[in-house]
Amino acid sequence: MSITTAGYQLAPVLPELVLAIGAMALLMLGAYRGQGTTSTVTTLAVLLLILVGVLEYMLPAGKQVTFGGSFIVDDFARFMKILALIGSAVTLILSTEFLADASRRIFEYAILVLLSTLGMMVLISAGDLITLYLGLELMSLALYVVAASNRDNAKSTEAGLKYFVLGALSSGMLLYGSSLVYGFTGTVSFTGIATAATAANVGLVFGLVFLLAGLCFKVSAVPFHMWTPDVYEGAPTPVTAFFASAPKVAALAVFTRVTLTAFPGIVSQWQQILVFVAIASMALGSFAAIGQSNIKRLMAYSSIGHMGFALVGLASGTVEGAQGVLMYIVIYVAMTLGSFSIILAMKRNGQAVEQISDFAGLSRTNPLLAFMFAMLLFSLAGIPPLAGFFAKWYVFVAAIKANLFTLAVIGVLSSVVGAYYYLTIVKTMYFDEPAGQVDPVRFEVKSVLAVAGLFNILFALFAGPVVSVASAAAKSLF
Amino acid sequence: MTTWPILSVTTFLPLVGALIVYLSRGDDEASRRNSRWIALWTTIITFAVSVILVMRFDPSNADFQFVEKSAWLATGITYHMGVDGISLPLVILTTAIMPFCIIASWKAITNRVREYMMAFLILETLMIGTFSALDLVLFYLFFEGGLIPMFLIIGVWGGPRRVYASFKFFLYTLLGSVLMLLAIMALYWNGGTTDIPTLMHTAVPRSLQTWAWLAFFASFAVKMPMWPVHTWLPDAHVEAPTAGSVVLAAILLKMGGYGFLRFSLPMFPLASHDFAPLIFTMSAIAIIYTSLVALMQEDMKKLIAYSSVAHMGFVTMGIFAGTMQGVAGGMFQMISHGIVSGALFLCVGVVYDRLHTREIAAYGGLVNRMPLYALTFMIFTMANVGLPGTSGFVGEFMTLLGTFKVSIPTAFFATFGVILSAAYALWLYRKVVFGTLVKPTLMSMKDLTLRECVILFPMIALTILFGVYPKPVLDMSAASVQQLVNNYNTAVTAVKAAALLQ
Repeated sequence: MSITTAGYQLAPVLPELVLAIGAMALLMLGAYRGQGTTSTVTTLAVLLLILVGVLEYMLPAGKQVTFGGSFIVDDFARFMKILALIGSAVTLILSTEFLADASRRIFEYAILVLLSTLGMMVLISAGDLITLYLGLELMSLALYVVAASNRDNAKSTEAGLKYFVLGALSSGMLLYGSSLVYGFTGTVSFTGIATAATAANVGLVFGLVFLLAGLCFKVSAVPFHMWTPDVYEGAPTPVTAFFASAPKVAALAVFTRVTLTAFPGIVSQWQQILVFVAIASMALGSFAAIGQSNIKRLMAYSSIGHMGFALVGLASGTVEGAQGVLMYIVIYVAMTLGSFSIILAMKRNGQAVEQISDFAGLSRTNPLLAFMFAMLLFSLAGIPPLAGFFAKWYVFVAAIKANLFTLAVIGVLSSVVGAYYYLTIVKTMYFDEPAGQVDPVRFEVKSVLAVAGLFNILFALFAGPVVSVASAAAKSLF
Repeated sequence: MTTWPILSVTTFLPLVGALIVYLSRGDDEASRRNSRWIALWTTIITFAVSVILVMRFDPSNADFQFVEKSAWLATGITYHMGVDGISLPLVILTTAIMPFCIIASWKAITNRVREYMMAFLILETLMIGTFSALDLVLFYLFFEGGLIPMFLIIGVWGGPRRVYASFKFFLYTLLGSVLMLLAIMALYWNGGTTDIPTLMHTAVPRSLQTWAWLAFFASFAVKMPMWPVHTWLPDAHVEAPTAGSVVLAAILLKMGGYGFLRFSLPMFPLASHDFAPLIFTMSAIAIIYTSLVALMQEDMKKLIAYSSVAHMGFVTMGIFAGTMQGVAGGMFQMISHGIVSGALFLCVGVVYDRLHTREIAAYGGLVNRMPLYALTFMIFTMANVGLPGTSGFVGEFMTLLGTFKVSIPTAFFATFGVILSAAYALWLYRKVVFGTLVKPTLMSMKDLTLRECVILFPMIALTILFGVYPKPVLDMSAASVQQLVNNYNTAVTAVKAAALLQ
């Protein structure tokens, strides 16, 4: 198949094209048929995401570049895109109940998720700074609106606004950094920057710092994490699940690609930044979560910590490190979606409950739910034989190989601190007296939970193939 | 006939049992009984399968046997299982103790029986796996995985301070283990594999040896537990249900000793040699200090817990003596302590089930109402003291003998532990069993039931059998221990010779 426009191959962007056109078609459907079509649009959006995922999977193997190097499809991009698509699709499935409420019949929700996903795909494939910014903004702008989608709720609106203001600030920093990098290297393409940036000069490093600051904001790494707890708590739970999964995949993917392909000549410059950011994120994620009583806020700190762990892999700057990042993000997405499906399932008399104390005695009232959550929590804490252990293994093994011993030691120690607050939830569910019955769990939430939970528990059995796919994807970056 | 993976079957049979227990749903009396019986049969069958291991084991072969290997994560990290003379006795100890734990929980556990039995069966899989894994990652998987069921066992079915005890147990152990994890990673990059037999023959640079030894030590010292990181143990023991204490004392503590034997000595011989004085000092302090602490206890379980720490001091001392007697004695002491301390906790469980207190002061004069119990308790007390004729004597004597050749001061101080252990054990026995029966609550105490006899009598038999005839255990491990000691001494002498030449 060879479709071209203005001399550029279109085949590599086929999935993105399908997603863009599909999203617009659904927008038309919704706009002309009114809010009654919400569930139809959502269902079709999920199917569209699955279709795009299949298309992405079926793209010819190997590295393909189009638009003069601005758009790269390699194993790494394919891996991350499919993961982001899964994240988005699962979020939409989890949102069914939220959208079923009469006051919240907003078909735009699914459209926005689709557009945001499109932004993520562009971001993951970005081969230069312009494409990066384009993808980043498309993703973020849709996210700001989604955060505020519970229109009548002050907290949700506040979350959207806060996210927007801080997001705009970070975009500004990213642009400023990009312009400095462009000014000192004379190019925006990653390969061009890599050739030009062989030695560190102040201007370039300055640009790099601002660029990384913008990216740190998107992965919610310390010290650019302040928005995360508020947005996670304020946004409707399905939206929080979305924030915690797919955009993190995309942001981490572009983080990896920028550092490893655009600045391989000055590894020592960005390595020290990443080491600091990783340590700060892991430590803050572990310590700040201890005092939380709201489960969504706790998950926000937990995700800050987890991004710190993922950045440990990246900080090593090697192919093992990239593989570690890939392994981490796959497992992280599974654990996060599983955990959020449990948070969504927690309802009493139709009311969602979000306090950790509401989980008291869950092991008696709903043993299976409690068991799955306990396993997810142990996994988040990195206890073997659950999936989370393998995630940590691959990032730390890369750090050890790169001789980042201090980072590794601080990392594992903060994972012990992190284990404390995960254990507190397990304690609430298993050791405390029940706090009352929970409502029956909806089918779609149950299915997501079953898949994510089994992935998490049985990961050790099929870890081999996942590792080899991640390893191939990591190698495609080098 | 030899084609079936007998070791994996032994390891994962309890897991299958746990699944069957899970499938037997319901919360009425019938389903509780079902869970108990399924769990009991699973552990008995697992024990039967492990007996096949013993029968087919060739004690004259020092290498790993029943080896299974298949691809797992990537090159260098494989699913590799196997046992030698050091791990097989511990595997058997595990499979043998478990049925007793299930029977001991028969009446004592009445709520959430299904979950309880599942937790124990999963724990059994993880414990057997720890002793039979021949890949470091696989080992770590089993080793750390055991924290989850044990955390739940202490926390859900434990005593009044169970939350504190379970958190302390979990976090303490995890803290030690994550450092070991980093050392495993460093070894992986040094040797390009996590295969244990390969790594045993891979040269490790001196500096890495030191750091890796310390990291492994952090994990095993906590698990063992050695003074001064033993403080989690008394809490965990006191709060855990009887069977939990038994598993903890009899098997989980042995993981530390096993780790020293499997990793520290063979992989880092030079570092082990360098740090041996540290271990000797810590062991001697542990033996004397915890024995003194045990003298002051008012809680029966706590007293036995401290005595466990002291006895484990003999094990570490013997292992790091690096002599044939020391290592074999440490090995034997682990098995003996597994039986004796397990039995002592069961004895406490017997009276706890009747009176629901473990306070020593609440008892006295039990011999009048419970002669059978008094006899049983006496035998295990004597074994704990290390009276000749019981298994406790053999282990202590051999470790002291082995240490004496290497470090006379250590052996000298450790011997005080033998005296002190007699003091606290006999004091406990006198307070609980002898005296006049004046307390009204004790008047209606019944002697051992048939169920309790079934648990305790085989253990008496083993204690006395191994006391007068320790050959079966020593023979099983002799070849492997001999090889370990030879390799260790060769490595140490080589370095000493090299140092002299310079």
